[in-house]
Amino acid sequence: MTTATTPHAGPVAATADLLRVATAGSVDDGKSTLIGRLLYDSKQVLVDQLEQVQEASVRRHGAGAVDLSLLTDGLRAEREQGITIDVAYRYFTTGDRSFILADTPGHVQYTRNMVTGASTADLVIVLVDARQGVIEQTRRHTFIASLLGIRHVTFAVNKMDLVDWDEERFRAIEAETTRIAAQLGIPDIHVIPISALEGTNVVDRGDVPGWYPEDADHPTLLRHLQTVQVASDRNLTDVRFPVQWVIRPGGAVGRDGVRAADADLHDYRGYAGQVAGGVLRPGDEVQVLPSGVRTRIARIETFDGDLDEATAPMSVTVHLQDDVDVSRGDVLVGAGDDAAALCRREFEADVCWMSDRPLRPGQRLLLKHTTTTTVAKVDAVLDRLDLHTLDRVAPDAAGGLELNDIGRIRLRVKRPLVADPYDVDRTTGAFILVDEGTNDTVAGGMIR
Amino acid sequence: MSDATADVTTAVQGPAVAGLSKLRALESEAIHVMREVAAELERPALLFSGGKDSIVLLRLAEKAFRPGRFPFPLVHVDTGHNFDEVLDFRDRRAAELGERLIVARVQDTIDAGRVADGYDPARPGSSRNQQQTQTLLDCIEEHRFDACFGGARRDEERARAKERIFSFRDDFGGWDPKNQRPELWNLYNGRLRSGENVRVFPISNWTELDVWQYIAEERLVLPSIYFAHEREVVRRNGMLYAVSPYLRPHEGETVETLSVRYRTVGDLTITGAVESTASTLEDVVAEIAATRVTERGETRADDRVSEAAMEDRKVQGYF
Repeated sequence: MTTATTPHAGPVAATADLLRVATAGSVDDGKSTLIGRLLYDSKQVLVDQLEQVQEASVRRHGAGAVDLSLLTDGLRAEREQGITIDVAYRYFTTGDRSFILADTPGHVQYTRNMVTGASTADLVIVLVDARQGVIEQTRRHTFIASLLGIRHVTFAVNKMDLVDWDEERFRAIEAETTRIAAQLGIPDIHVIPISALEGTNVVDRGDVPGWYPEDADHPTLLRHLQTVQVASDRNLTDVRFPVQWVIRPGGAVGRDGVRAADADLHDYRGYAGQVAGGVLRPGDEVQVLPSGVRTRIARIETFDGDLDEATAPMSVTVHLQDDVDVSRGDVLVGAGDDAAALCRREFEADVCWMSDRPLRPGQRLLLKHTTTTTVAKVDAVLDRLDLHTLDRVAPDAAGGLELNDIGRIRLRVKRPLVADPYDVDRTTGAFILVDEGTNDTVAGGMIR
Repeated sequence: MSDATADVTTAVQGPAVAGLSKLRALESEAIHVMREVAAELERPALLFSGGKDSIVLLRLAEKAFRPGRFPFPLVHVDTGHNFDEVLDFRDRRAAELGERLIVARVQDTIDAGRVADGYDPARPGSSRNQQQTQTLLDCIEEHRFDACFGGARRDEERARAKERIFSFRDDFGGWDPKNQRPELWNLYNGRLRSGENVRVFPISNWTELDVWQYIAEERLVLPSIYFAHEREVVRRNGMLYAVSPYLRPHEGETVETLSVRYRTVGDLTITGAVESTASTLEDVVAEIAATRVTERGETRADDRVSEAAMEDRKVQGYF
């Protein structure tokens, strides 16, 4: 959005932006403590919340220590078991940047929850226990982050106090994590030594030894989160606008009927949706897929006035020059794009299976992709990821995928999808699978 | 992926790279959620209490659906113990928008014998807070609503932090925190089993400060009780309660006239005021930015009952 067309320029929001972060790490790596520390030291924990945590800490651990992990484990069952079961979302702000933090559980049986938390993240923090070094979970979580197209991975090497801030130890972990991330093609990697329990190098620097000198290349964890650049991650090349809702106040049918006074809206027809990729501008030629009809963008409308341009993730209403047939599920794409390549009836995808009932070849499921829901058939399960070795191996004995398995499948869909590979566009490359019998969301998928 | 993105960063220059501000990103997400519900569910409703969060929802609905009408009515569950200023505001706002308002009265539920009145003027601390749940569930059933928009936010409370944007409720309106559908990307699964409905929280990812900043940026009109005004109050359990026909001072309590405002709008019998002289939106934003106590902790007695009070009520069908 250009400054000229920005409808509001409030004093705070004009500069603040939003970073979506997910945490990952093994169960005892201290994730909840780290998040508690981030919230606490950045002064985001308010008095009454802290009092509750202090009371609960005393009940659980006796007088003395404040258990910051109790700030985040919210459900009865989680407090009972002392573990994180489900994704929790936390919010904190440092003035010029605000954070949505998806706190995901570390247990291997909650792989699906890590996938859920990471699906919307710009950056993933992978916790590593300095004593343990790189373990299977580190590899697994880094792999899942790369699978989900996360371009920024920060390894927080925790519990450095328990290894006396041993530089050798840190360097070994740094080398290993960097090697893994590079192998996976993650473009932006940082390795930061911390002690979440003592609060060293998380928000405040504290007593960090001289081998991690105080300069721009050796930030605290929070400083890194505040300065990492993610705006360029968005797909600004390929115009993708899935039509979500047709606004037709003058339409004879539907619940969107015209108000009596608004007779001039009789011919109004706007296509509402959220931009998934590219830059939309009035006058640009576009194609409506899957039909392939070509027209031009006449206006980009919002409640606050028209815009000169729209990019992801803006929700806008597009008007087209010609009176063409467009409905929910259609996608506006660039005039020069290869329609045949974009409309897919068959494709391969990596899926994370999230249901107790296994995925089997031949299975029929509902597939939701952008604003289209259609029937899909699993033609084949091509492979399965061995979450221990990270090798792609043959499907299980029955030829399918079990709960928390990640594997590549081949799908056929009834209505063609206007889709990109996930690596090109995280919105038009993603889908969920729904069990028609139970209505449960049983998988998240990424088109390859 | 690396190659594709490398092209992107070099190919595009200028303002498009700058990205959205936080509030506009949250706004865009909320509009997307509302349009998904309108498109995929049959009979949605928007719960409008006259409070600041639902006032924000109304603005978001305007942004999502204008110049068309809202594809849903507004619904208010009225305990009968609400602030007059808020009820006036509610009716005026619905009329201005030209949208349908359905008021479900807890008193009607009580009169029909479906619940006992939880409020007893003689019993200190009593309220109709629990009874709201039954009235809401009855209203959902009567109008066959399959989706209800609510203005709840995840920053409000620990159990809320775990709740999805699409929150499924069973036949009894109950929430099962251990059996929530995964919610990936911006792909919401709105399919219902028979008897189920879904509570949808478009501003889940907003904080209290975001709401106030948005109200300030949008210059939204609020009920007067959100701004400092003189009011007769009594101090009870560390909170300031407005004296009203439903809340009389107990013996030993003194009525004080103080300059107060409200951080949340709710039933008079359980909603506390805060001492304040903030009379403009800018003043309020500054106060909220500096506060050291959460909204619910400071002003909602119903959350103080136990460590998991909110979770327990949600499991039973509360919003």
